[in-house]
Amino acid sequence: MSDNNFEPKIVAFCCHYCAYSAADLAGSMRLQYAPNIRVIEMPCSGNTDARVLLSAFEEGADGVYVAGCLEGDCHFLKGNYRAKKRVAHVKEILKEIGLEPERLEFYNLSAAMGTRFAEIANEMTERIKKLGPSPLNQGKEGGQA
Amino acid sequence: MIVAENKPLAEIAELIKDYNKVLFLGCGGCVTVCLSGGEKETEIMATALRLKRKLEGQPLETLTYTLTRQCDPEYVASIENLVGQAEAVVSLACGVGVQYLAEHYPDKWVIPAANTKHIGGSIVHGVWEERCGLCGECILHKTGGICPVIRCSKSILNGPCGGSQDGHCEIDKNVPCAWQLIYDRLKTLNRLDLLTELQPPKDWSKARDGGPRKVVREDVMIG
Repeated sequence: MSDNNFEPKIVAFCCHYCAYSAADLAGSMRLQYAPNIRVIEMPCSGNTDARVLLSAFEEGADGVYVAGCLEGDCHFLKGNYRAKKRVAHVKEILKEIGLEPERLEFYNLSAAMGTRFAEIANEMTERIKKLGPSPLNQGKEGGQA
Repeated sequence: MIVAENKPLAEIAELIKDYNKVLFLGCGGCVTVCLSGGEKETEIMATALRLKRKLEGQPLETLTYTLTRQCDPEYVASIENLVGQAEAVVSLACGVGVQYLAEHYPDKWVIPAANTKHIGGSIVHGVWEERCGLCGECILHKTGGICPVIRCSKSILNGPCGGSQDGHCEIDKNVPCAWQLIYDRLKTLNRLDLLTELQPPKDWSKARDGGPRKVVREDVMIG
């Protein structure tokens, strides 16, 4: 498949209390956003382990992001701060192993931000399209967004 | 606990570059508590190195397991099948675990994934500080529970020295003077009299002197 037709696979680990509800809201608002996002509902963004972030890349994701509550609004008080730190740490691991750290990101949003959810989905999709397919996926059947 | 930290991934990658199937072995003891070599860290390291090798075009097959402890021969002996499947073993334990593995599996190349740092504890989550100098003859009862051997930069037994400034050590203004801490604590306990006892030179033969030390307990030996 040529890069022009590249449709990235992006895994979004979304906190139940904010981003996941924001995704619902985006749907209710009939907002259009890139269909490249695979949403995984998490009980809290702070529950997103470094292992699953790395596994997502290993299993074929071209990009991954974690979306947690606005700072100060975590249902479990500090989960989103921990998730942010963990994502920063995994970015360092990606740098060390030679995979672009930009393929991984952390976002803050609230359940009321359906429009922002759609923006983030589009923003991340554009970013990964610019980066191209993950070098880990070379030789694989890809592009099934 | 024994506090260790992981070597950089690039260093471990270099150490296993000649192997295609590697066992990453965590330890459920101290390194699990100090978050450097438990089950989670073992999985992260194995996955990261698998990805690195895939990116480099030399795929790596990994096995992962976390032993209850790597510093007891019974546990080390229990993974014979697992070790047999791998070309090399990367141990995330302290230096003791690495040596126990190497000793028990003489034909297997064992690689340390950690740098063993010290005996200490956490002061806040994510920060571990050295608290015991393993001197072999504890004197904490004389110093209010604060160890001058490891917490005083000079390990002096009749402190403080002239480098104690406003409660801090001259080596770094962020390092508290152990002897200031000792004085404050003994004052609180109304035991400043202990400081009037002159401490004789320490018997370092009980410390790291004359080769590896042993503790023998015949009452618990079997056979």
